[in-house]
Amino acid sequence: MSKIKNAFQNGKAFIPFITCGDPSLAVTEQLVYAMEEAGADLIELGIPFSDPTAEGPVIQEANIRALSQGITTDDIFDMVKRIRKNTQIPMVFMTYANVVFSYGAERFIKKAAELGMDGLILPDVPYEEKEDFDPLCKQYGLDLVSLIAPTSKERISMIAKEASGFVYCVSSLGVTGVRNEIQTDIGSMVKLVKEAQDIPCAVGFGISTPEQAARMAAVSDGAIVGSAIVKLCAKYKEECVPYVKEYVHSMKEACVKGK
Amino acid sequence: MSRGRFGIHGGQYMPETLMNAVIELEEAYHHYKNDPGFNAELTRLYNEYAGRPSRLTYAAHMTEDLGGAKIYLKREDLNHTGSHKINNVLGQVLLAKKMGKTRVIAETGAGQHGVATATVAALMGMECEVFMGEEDTKRQALNVYRMKLLGAQVHPVKSGTGTLKDAVSETMREWTNRIDDTHYVLGSVMGPHPFPTIVRDFQAVISKEIKAQMLEKEGRLPDVVMACVGGGSNAIGAFYHFIEDEGVQLIGCEAAGRGVDTKETAATIATGKLGIFHGMKSYFCQDEYGQIAPVYSISAGLDYPGIGPEHAHLYDIGRAQYVPVTDDEAVEAFEYLSRTEGIIPAIESAHAVAHAMKIAPKMEKDKIIVINISGRGDKDCAAIARYRGEEIYE
Repeated sequence: MSKIKNAFQNGKAFIPFITCGDPSLAVTEQLVYAMEEAGADLIELGIPFSDPTAEGPVIQEANIRALSQGITTDDIFDMVKRIRKNTQIPMVFMTYANVVFSYGAERFIKKAAELGMDGLILPDVPYEEKEDFDPLCKQYGLDLVSLIAPTSKERISMIAKEASGFVYCVSSLGVTGVRNEIQTDIGSMVKLVKEAQDIPCAVGFGISTPEQAARMAAVSDGAIVGSAIVKLCAKYKEECVPYVKEYVHSMKEACVKGK
Repeated sequence: MSRGRFGIHGGQYMPETLMNAVIELEEAYHHYKNDPGFNAELTRLYNEYAGRPSRLTYAAHMTEDLGGAKIYLKREDLNHTGSHKINNVLGQVLLAKKMGKTRVIAETGAGQHGVATATVAALMGMECEVFMGEEDTKRQALNVYRMKLLGAQVHPVKSGTGTLKDAVSETMREWTNRIDDTHYVLGSVMGPHPFPTIVRDFQAVISKEIKAQMLEKEGRLPDVVMACVGGGSNAIGAFYHFIEDEGVQLIGCEAAGRGVDTKETAATIATGKLGIFHGMKSYFCQDEYGQIAPVYSISAGLDYPGIGPEHAHLYDIGRAQYVPVTDDEAVEAFEYLSRTEGIIPAIESAHAVAHAMKIAPKMEKDKIIVINISGRGDKDCAAIARYRGEEIYE
């Protein structure tokens, strides 16, 4: 059992995403501490991938910025080791199947668990293909986070029954990125999940404003934000930490207060 | 659980958002593939619109000049739109139409698949958008114009290396945006199940015809069938009906670019390793951390860092061989076939011609090689002229 359940003990959760190594691993480490202080409940650490097919332009560019500095999976593991000396905030890796597979799925998962990571999100690994990763995650004590989408329909209960950690509810069609409006009936998706298993549900894709976060958190257990934070990292680069901290604080407040 | 495996390869490594779309496609295909009405309509389109069956031409001068095995050319270059791509597109767009889709999207490398998709969309009254790497829109400007002329919208893809892999990624992203009315016409035997199977079945008409034509002309099966391989659709089409015939050697010719010992290569079997990308488990050119390599080939259609899962399996079990062919060798073969047979092959197909030039002289005169000429080379003339240091205006 990982620490992920703790993330949902402080009212509605706020879950920020950052790309490791954007703008540098030193800043990534500082961002983790600052976001925890600002009230983040769980942190998604993106391991950059050359061809992130589920990402919109903002996170695609963050991946390129990180990779162009030569950041590797091993560098990121070293960073996690440093972070775990200072904080026990729940953390999950978000990356693509090939990053884990090419490292050796067992070697990657064992190492991540030993370093104190709590879970793994792989957007290109659906329910049908989780056999490559899920048994290993269970063996070493990581939660492989399942995603459900507005198109999942009857698949939701099948996925939710076997989900662990939390369920990542994809709010909208399309790839990651800021959206003006979220039209999906998230409440109904969450209800289907909870009927299958009592597991926390957090909503991501397209959320950028406190109003959106409040609305999404009100019908689920928390909100996930990536592109809006990555935009701040891109804009302020080495100086981004206080800006991200302030933003995370406002978003956590909005999640807790509700609409 | 996992569907669509070829040995350990294949599968459906797709975002959850698209899972119901690929499952719906699989169900529709399963329903229509044995439907007599669907097949009659497809055969009529193959024959009346695409110009099938394509010829099997005896290459007399090439055979004499090389002094070894008899060489036949399967003339997919004679198809409407100038390549084998039309076989798959006619099948998929007809299927999409039966599924009630009104819009098709496609990736393209050299532009041949994009042109075929734009063509069939025009024929069947579908909306069409094509994603093409920005680099490729420059290399293949004529095909961009053809697609626009046919009523398609062409989106240059700037992300990544601006080539075929980025076009595939961007088309997958676009599909997650709009699924209800849209079918993704994937152009090669790659991506998530059921695409590798669907595309193979629609391309298998090539080997079905080769077999019948060969039996008619020579009264026996060929000794070697060879084709160029990027994702591998023309090759699997040329191989498929010979897989059970163990006496027929199958050879896929990969794009080695500037050589398999350089970084500027796209030869996946020669330089790649097992991975998971673009919906499938297969071999990919990648670094030690699984970052996909920015591959290179003079041929935009072979400039892809992976290979279809069925080819990966045929390689694993030793049923097919895969050999690298460099830019230089392909350009020489492009010029050679033009001069000796009066047939300008696509630079992609020229990779297979180049390998035939290597092996035919070493074979006995009673042996027979079939080379799949997957497309015509008109689109490549300006680029090859540039390669030879000559600037021409299209």
